[in-house]
Amino acid sequence: MSEYQIVVCGSVVPDPLQTLEPVSGPAGPALKNEMMLPAWLDPWAGHALFEAANLAAKNPGSKVWLVALGPKAKLQQTMMTLAQKAPFELIALDGSASGFTDATGTATALAEAIQAIPGLDRSRLLVFGGWESASRGAGATMQIVGELLGITDQFQGVDEIGIAADGSLKVLERIEGGRHQVSVCEAPPALLGWATGNLPEPRNNPQVGMANMRTIMPALQKAKPVKAGAEGLKFHSVSLPKQARDTKVVKDLPPDQIAAEIVEWITNK
Amino acid sequence: MEADIVCVGFGPASGGFLTTLARGILNPDGSTAIESPSVPGLPLQVVCYERADDIGFGVSGVVTRARGLRKSFPDLDPAQIPMAAEVKDEKILYLLDPVGASRRPALMRAADVAIRAVGGILGVKDSAMELPWTPEFLNKHDGLVLSTGQFTQWVGQQVMGSGAAQIWPGSPVGEVLVEEGGVAGIRLVDQGVTKEGKPSEGFLPGMEVRAALTVVADGPVGPIGRQLDKAFGTPEGHQTHDWALGMKFVVDLPETCTLEPGTVLHTLGYPEPEIFGFFYVHPNRVASMGIFVPSWFDNPARTAYRYLQHWMLHPAIWRHVQGGRLRSWGAKTLQESGRRGEPRLVGKGFARIGEGSGSTNVLTNSGVDEAWTTGVLLAEAVLELLKQKKPFTAENLETTYVSRRRESWVDKEGLIAERARDGFQRGIIPGMIGMMVAGLTRGLVAMPGNPMPPHRRVPSLEEYYRGRISPEEIQTIRKESDAKGISAHAALMERAGWPAIPFDGELLVSHQDALLIGGKVQAPAGYADHVEFLYPHDCTACGKKICIEMCSGQAIFPGENGHPAFDREKCIYCGACLWNCAKANPKDPEKGLIAFHAGAGGLHSAEN
Repeated sequence: MSEYQIVVCGSVVPDPLQTLEPVSGPAGPALKNEMMLPAWLDPWAGHALFEAANLAAKNPGSKVWLVALGPKAKLQQTMMTLAQKAPFELIALDGSASGFTDATGTATALAEAIQAIPGLDRSRLLVFGGWESASRGAGATMQIVGELLGITDQFQGVDEIGIAADGSLKVLERIEGGRHQVSVCEAPPALLGWATGNLPEPRNNPQVGMANMRTIMPALQKAKPVKAGAEGLKFHSVSLPKQARDTKVVKDLPPDQIAAEIVEWITNK
Repeated sequence: MEADIVCVGFGPASGGFLTTLARGILNPDGSTAIESPSVPGLPLQVVCYERADDIGFGVSGVVTRARGLRKSFPDLDPAQIPMAAEVKDEKILYLLDPVGASRRPALMRAADVAIRAVGGILGVKDSAMELPWTPEFLNKHDGLVLSTGQFTQWVGQQVMGSGAAQIWPGSPVGEVLVEEGGVAGIRLVDQGVTKEGKPSEGFLPGMEVRAALTVVADGPVGPIGRQLDKAFGTPEGHQTHDWALGMKFVVDLPETCTLEPGTVLHTLGYPEPEIFGFFYVHPNRVASMGIFVPSWFDNPARTAYRYLQHWMLHPAIWRHVQGGRLRSWGAKTLQESGRRGEPRLVGKGFARIGEGSGSTNVLTNSGVDEAWTTGVLLAEAVLELLKQKKPFTAENLETTYVSRRRESWVDKEGLIAERARDGFQRGIIPGMIGMMVAGLTRGLVAMPGNPMPPHRRVPSLEEYYRGRISPEEIQTIRKESDAKGISAHAALMERAGWPAIPFDGELLVSHQDALLIGGKVQAPAGYADHVEFLYPHDCTACGKKICIEMCSGQAIFPGENGHPAFDREKCIYCGACLWNCAKANPKDPEKGLIAFHAGAGGLHSAEN
């Protein structure tokens, strides 16, 4: 049994189904009404957090930190839901989560925050995060975090981690063809970019929430402002994936004809 | 789990309560002013559980005089609150019927003919006439246009940021803990259960949260408030037969729209005389617009969504919104019995605030400011008791909270409004006259009327459509709708002369598109169905099925053999099914056959 120090990196993203509209602001591209959109922890990072909590629960003495980057108000809003899901200590970074940032800047801010955690022991350190992001999905941020921290044992697209009796880590990474690559890592430190994992979203636990919130609010109050690399970046063009909505009412259409119409619709779009 | 104060629901009332309480719990330098009796050494432990998946989901846009809000925030700058604007212009429009399908009383039809005949003199434009005068009691000229969702989020951020209280959305409260003649806290709903409520994967039984004081602010259709009514009874004369469903769109206005932020339009007369409309303009070319469908509109097919579309297509409205785009959509129940719907406000270990406590003023059409103020009054009372180290007994809460409430403008104005709407029980014209008379005489005179539950007043479809659609045709339409698993109102209305809706995919969208692109409706897995049909056989035999026709999200639909079925993933928790049922409950004839429990999910838009 090991006592891990698990640091999870996660940004906030707009709640699914929200209508996103890029706009140009004085500081570059932004999302229209970004501060009015309901926010949620990036789902990929969410899987990482839930896996981290599960691993910590199975290894008493372990501890989970969540290093979260986003507008302070949105981080607070997200914590009101997230903090009931799993025990963690928050390290808040106040910066943009619009997706209009670059991976290096974001990774630098995250790595600096991790390095500043008091009492961090690299021999027990596991850095978790999403292998990509719902807001931008460059797929590079966690790799750069690892490089900046000097962690060379990195795994991306992780769906499962197991701890062997000798303390080594068995990691399942997604590879082409719907298969997993099985790797064995002798010991921490290691960095894992999670895919979906295998765990369901934990239920809301009020006791966990009460305990978490005692440290979350002070962490939010001292959230460090970060620029996350947006400064100096120039976006030549910004657009959303094309969205088309045709509403029509058709009655008593057979399933085959419905399927044919959908195929035709997709083909023409 | 132990806390000192547990609050059920986070809306305007809880906002007022927690804002005021937070200022008293902590000193200005952040140090503890009132220590927790349950966790010595820490500040008072205050938790608030909200059913919806985030704070600010599922509430509505309003125009309010904001007297209570401004008292809490003397330096309030509307620019701080997204979508807030000072009221600049307020008008009442009487809408004529441009399509000829509206069921207007003979007197109203005659008036319409006269208005059209002298339209040039009266300034009739786009089939609408602006009333020359807004009664003072309706006036909101010194107030604010708000998105209650954004306002609630703004308040919640400040409360949480203070560190004085914790607000937990996504946490429906299932039960109130009634012990030894009082309330000892609450129990959250079970998680990880099947739709029938049986333990399933990841089962987590609902946790008890025990507290010296339980503050119930779960709104007009909240299950905890109803449990308190059942456990402790209601005051003599109490009745809750007056309701309305408010449904709205939040719209990006087109570039051509010239309405200024802070513009407020009230409408009456169309699509049906009983349906009132509202149009509030927010900053940045955004508007909240919608209708109220009251419980005294005796149409068993009283769909809000379809009527909302016809209202929006009225030329006087459409000219402002044509070319715009739907941003958000939602609906909620309004408790319109006002002060007569006031339950027992306090008891040992509990107090009630907000709309569910009968604070809505049915004469001035105002609820948010009143709800907020009841929360403020309770917080002041609680702080007084805490400082004096007195327990939350019924007597202590009576002498601190209830007495404050009786002295407040909320209560005094509520008394004036108490009978103002009774005339509507007799029809739209007596109702309008009664409301005007009550307003002008400050409640001394009112048109009499007897509010009744739906089963005592709503006619059958055959009676309602007599002379327009034959009983045989109604049966055919019902059978066809049941076979398709859809409500019958669209076919009935079109048969009665209402034109088809010209869907454009932007503003005029199908009901299900409104759920998806407007309300962003979602439901988390692992919770039980919160709508329950208590007497299935009676539901199957019901010829009215208002529950299906008026369901805001089409979450109740004809299932097997025409029996109403429920799809939790479409429910927006408006609660209309609770008060719409046209069958008397055999055990309590004042109620219907539908149980409306605590549930999770619903709207995921904070712009409402």
